Amino acid sequence: MFFTNFGKYLLLLKSVFRKPEKWKIYWKEIFHEMNSIGVGSLILVGIISTFIGAVMTMQIAFQLVSDLIPNSIIGQINRDSSILELSPTISALVLAGKVGSSISSQIGSMRVTEQIDALEIMGINAPGYLILPKILAGITMVPMLVILSIGLALIGGLVGGALSGAVTPADYVTGITGTFNGYTLWVAMVKAIIFGFIITSVSSYQGFYVQGGALEVGQASTKSVVISCISILAADYVITAVML
Amino acid sequence: MIEIKDIHKSFGGNHVLNGITAAFEPGKISLIIGGSGSGKSTLLKCIVGLHEPDNGKVLYDGQDFSRLNFEQRIPIRQHIGMLFQNSALFDSMTVEENIIFPLEMFTDMSKSEKLDRANYCLERVNLKESNKLFPAELSGGMKKRVGIARAISMNPKYLFCDEPNSGLDPQTSILIDELIQDLTEEFKCTTMVVTHDMNSVMGIGEHILFLHKGEKWWEGSNKEIAHTNVKELNEFVFASSFMKAAKDKL
Repeated sequence: MFFTNFGKYLLLLKSVFRKPEKWKIYWKEIFHEMNSIGVGSLILVGIISTFIGAVMTMQIAFQLVSDLIPNSIIGQINRDSSILELSPTISALVLAGKVGSSISSQIGSMRVTEQIDALEIMGINAPGYLILPKILAGITMVPMLVILSIGLALIGGLVGGALSGAVTPADYVTGITGTFNGYTLWVAMVKAIIFGFIITSVSSYQGFYVQGGALEVGQASTKSVVISCISILAADYVITAVML
Repeated sequence: MIEIKDIHKSFGGNHVLNGITAAFEPGKISLIIGGSGSGKSTLLKCIVGLHEPDNGKVLYDGQDFSRLNFEQRIPIRQHIGMLFQNSALFDSMTVEENIIFPLEMFTDMSKSEKLDRANYCLERVNLKESNKLFPAELSGGMKKRVGIARAISMNPKYLFCDEPNSGLDPQTSILIDELIQDLTEEFKCTTMVVTHDMNSVMGIGEHILFLHKGEKWWEGSNKEIAHTNVKELNEFVFASSFMKAAKDKL
């Protein structure tokens, strides 16, 4: 069953990356999807990241009760864990729920109402027209959201630390600006690009092959979130093992 | 002209089509009728390439469509117009955008030319001034008419209609039939209609194909249908007491 589905997924991707009929129309769709995936998720990702940054700062401060460890280390740990793990992974998991379910139900509804058949009858490569813009938007917008998430997590940490008295703003800023390894940002971007691809392609696959009606569209949507989340966590492990 | 030769199709162990052969002439409306599960829609989907037949040929003006790959099918597909059972209009687009969409994809027409074409198609189906409406704002009959307008936007040589009258009141149903008839004459296209509607059968059935258990059971015209002795066809067409009474008067 797994191999059948995986084979179908690869064949669908082959159709997705076929040469577009008219780039002009595809560009329009790409920008539309970028707006939907990126701008549409800004507030959600922003709120989650800010609170995670604040909570992380307080928890790190709670666990580092020692006169031998400088307080600035709290900012440093928050920065590195936000860049390497929390921002890419948690943003991706949240987006799998928000964007993934939306993509799956959108394409699934088009399938059950014969809109995909209509595209194919016209001679349009339906996987390309429907899925390629979503994948391209996903691999460009998820990294941008992750960058935003990192920034807001650091600001959240600053505010949370200051409000709770866990760390002074001066110590925190010293921590997040000291001994920075730029490679961690590369790891975060690789993760974000791969997670963006997983979210959009897995959800599109689930929607594209829906058979039935509204009930099956809903089931496909749930399935797409579950499979995307598991795939994101598995990919997270592999990327971390390979790159760090 | 469309010819189908010995079309077989099965899903799992279920044989849906068993060796169907027929020819559909240009400028003529061909009706495919039959009970539920007789294979009508599957046959139509095999002809337009939404399903691949297990065996047999589908010839569009002599060209074997079933052996062509995706790219090779595109020139033929550009001559195909199809009206779906539920209209299959793109939800995210307005009426006008739905009609313009195939033109944008496959032609180099200017914006004003595309708009003129959309307006002509809408006028042709008596739907002027609906350009900016979304499919969700249209009634069932209007959706069908927009579906027809989209189907004719590329000047089709082949027009396919999957149950064009389903869910429509009798008057709208007759209007849709008349529209299909007029367009077939105007575009000289090969028109195929899958239907359950007996008004359509008696009204526009110049060429009728009756399917039963996945086989071609009977072929003829609406003039011949009243005088046939094929039991299954009689049971299907004259199922209602009204139709039985009408047959007795003939």
